[in-house]
Amino acid sequence: MEVLRPFRDEIKAKSLIDNIKALTTKPVNIMEVCGGQTHTILKYGIEDLLPENIKLLHGPGCPVCVTSLEAIDMAINISLNKDVIFCTYGDMLRVPGSSMDLFKAKALGANLKIVYSPLDALKVALANPCKNIVFFAIGFETTAPANAMLILQAKKLNLKNFFVLCHEVLVPPIIASLLESKESNVQAFLGPGHVCSVMGLHEYEHLVHNYQLPIVVTGFEPLDILEGIYACVQQLNNNGVRLENQYTRAVTQDGNIPAQQAIKDVFEVCDRKWRGLGFIPKSGLSLNSQFKDFDATIKFKVDNLDIQESKECISGEILRGLKKPYECEFFGTKCTPLNPLGATMVSSEGACSAYYKYRQSKLTASP
Amino acid sequence: MCLAIPGIIEEIYMQDDITMAKVNFQGIKRSVCLAYLTDINIGDYVLVHVGFALKKLSHIDFINANKLINVDSELN
Amino acid sequence: MSSDVFNSCNLPINDQACISLGHGSGGKLSSNLINEFFLPYLGNEILNELEDASVVTLNQDNIAVSIDSFVVNPIFFPGGNIGSLSVHGTINDLAVRGAKPLFIAASFIMEEGFLLEDLTKIIQAMQLACRQNNVKLITADTKVVNKGDCDKIFITTSGIGLVTANDIPSVSKAKVNNNILVSGDIGRHGMAIMATREEFELESTIESDSASLYSLINLILASDIQVNCLRDITRGGLATVLNEIAMASGIGIVIDESQIPIQTNVAALGEILGIDPLYIACEGRFVAVVDEIRAQDLLAIMHSHPLGTNAAIIGKVVDDPDNNVIAKTIIGGSRLVDTLLFDELPRIC
Repeated sequence: MEVLRPFRDEIKAKSLIDNIKALTTKPVNIMEVCGGQTHTILKYGIEDLLPENIKLLHGPGCPVCVTSLEAIDMAINISLNKDVIFCTYGDMLRVPGSSMDLFKAKALGANLKIVYSPLDALKVALANPCKNIVFFAIGFETTAPANAMLILQAKKLNLKNFFVLCHEVLVPPIIASLLESKESNVQAFLGPGHVCSVMGLHEYEHLVHNYQLPIVVTGFEPLDILEGIYACVQQLNNNGVRLENQYTRAVTQDGNIPAQQAIKDVFEVCDRKWRGLGFIPKSGLSLNSQFKDFDATIKFKVDNLDIQESKECISGEILRGLKKPYECEFFGTKCTPLNPLGATMVSSEGACSAYYKYRQSKLTASP
Repeated sequence: MCLAIPGIIEEIYMQDDITMAKVNFQGIKRSVCLAYLTDINIGDYVLVHVGFALKKLSHIDFINANKLINVDSELN
Repeated sequence: MSSDVFNSCNLPINDQACISLGHGSGGKLSSNLINEFFLPYLGNEILNELEDASVVTLNQDNIAVSIDSFVVNPIFFPGGNIGSLSVHGTINDLAVRGAKPLFIAASFIMEEGFLLEDLTKIIQAMQLACRQNNVKLITADTKVVNKGDCDKIFITTSGIGLVTANDIPSVSKAKVNNNILVSGDIGRHGMAIMATREEFELESTIESDSASLYSLINLILASDIQVNCLRDITRGGLATVLNEIAMASGIGIVIDESQIPIQTNVAALGEILGIDPLYIACEGRFVAVVDEIRAQDLLAIMHSHPLGTNAAIIGKVVDDPDNNVIAKTIIGGSRLVDTLLFDELPRIC
């Protein structure tokens, strides 16, 4: 994309990398929170360009990967109803449930529609009054305002054939949870740029204050990532404990206030189970009491599924930055994108899948 | 997470009481919800995620691509 | 009220393996399907080569034979329709084996209710494509199935061509230090189709690259340049073709990402939907592998033809026992470019 080309400039990248090299004197562990950042790091081969003592840990910020097995099974179960059209973002189709993924449900006859925007699901509902339309509302704070608008519009249009399966998750509680853990080895974070476009910086200031480590809110282009890493290393060198905003073109102190208001109007904070990470208090959003009529779990009575997670999958340790994908004994053998044991191997932003896709050669070359 | 890309506003209109825009992403156009932004005009750049504009972008942001490193170069 | 399919909340147990759309993506699953299910029963020394068209010798003539089915949705798309596509596709499979396409056979499966007006447009497009390329459709079959048993129209075409090249280009003939060329900008056909999907509500200016490659390839084969591999880029995109060449030739490939021609609007749609143009189908592009000292000459020939104006040298063949395809990224890093695993899906993250 031409407008993004300045952020993918080879000469500037080289200059940033030289600066990072000059600055890096001791080993540092930096975690990028977002799957989108992981994707950029691997797609552009950024890790290999960095000094060896910078270790990038790939965090839990892929909403597809962390959507709980229960939610995936509920989605599959609901989608198999004959009178349902199940609308979802494309990335959810290959996430493995207990016994199948949504693709398999489609092969068994489920009527699935991939949508680009939540509002597209509303159009499906209006065009199919004799069907029940269910939208799989997943995502972090970036996506929550879009999902909220969908539900507000459904209420305004008084739709009776429209439901959402809601699995919204929040970033600050998961960062806090990672840092509460004694095993954490994260020294600095690249903060989630697009989440902060919506939410602003306040929550991240609290995290910096409470856990005494640098967070640099960072964008998604290669130069953004390199700048974010540079700023982290610089702070770590100077024992800095500050929130920095690398992604100023998209993130302001207060964020997008109308979007935050829509989230408050439609959702309430709830406890949530994260795939691979378990139960985390106050880490999700669910429909508040005014919008319960749209809750697909009530409509389709799917809240009590018998679920089974693969015992061999270590995605929890991967998402916490404790292990790299290639440290899993099943990586690339029993677990591949074609036969994933867990969700981190499925989504293109999942750390395992991204490693498989972009770095397989290195791994086979160096045992 | 959260793929979001910049596009340019070509047309602004109302649909079901919400403000929408036709946004041009370098030759590909799509309707985008503007409900969460105020003071948007034709020709503005916006950052779009799943069909929603989240932030107005300034054209200058695209020219001054790296603030932090410029600061650093000055120091050097 | 609620579920009328299940009495309990538990999921139905269904461990029976079945065909998924991924088996038709042209990527790793398609390849698994062929290797595990078809070749064990139907394989022989000719089929096992897995070329775009097989070459057999009859009465001292080398005859190229190919077959392909076309199930595109929508059947009319910017830049062509299923009729022109079905003729071009088969001509291209023959042309990349150094054959002059001569005859085509076609089979039509149509759905009850399919409009005769649409059928006429499709047949007219086939007529034009055959005339332009001097090929004759010499046998055909039609079948009609119940409403819903197929989507409007499926077309299968098979082609026969006479191999004129002395040394037949093959996917297995790439050699270390050869250069890799692509005949034009990539990803247009798949992206043009993607952009028409109504659920995405996109307005796009992308036109399919569907075209017959015979005249361009003929120009190359008539020159004094010895081309080692020619392969047309279809399902699975450029990335998959490069991997096929690397595997079949037992070499590695390094490409320079900044040199790969991609139209701005194709790149933009890739960014919007989060899909990589390297994996998106073309229908009028090919990869050529040639000795490095003739690469510029080959490029000049491509540039002289209307279908090759955007041709580029994108990389070279290296010695690599793992047969990897590696991309040098635009910021100077490197990454693995794997075969397509499954169809690229739009993503939010």
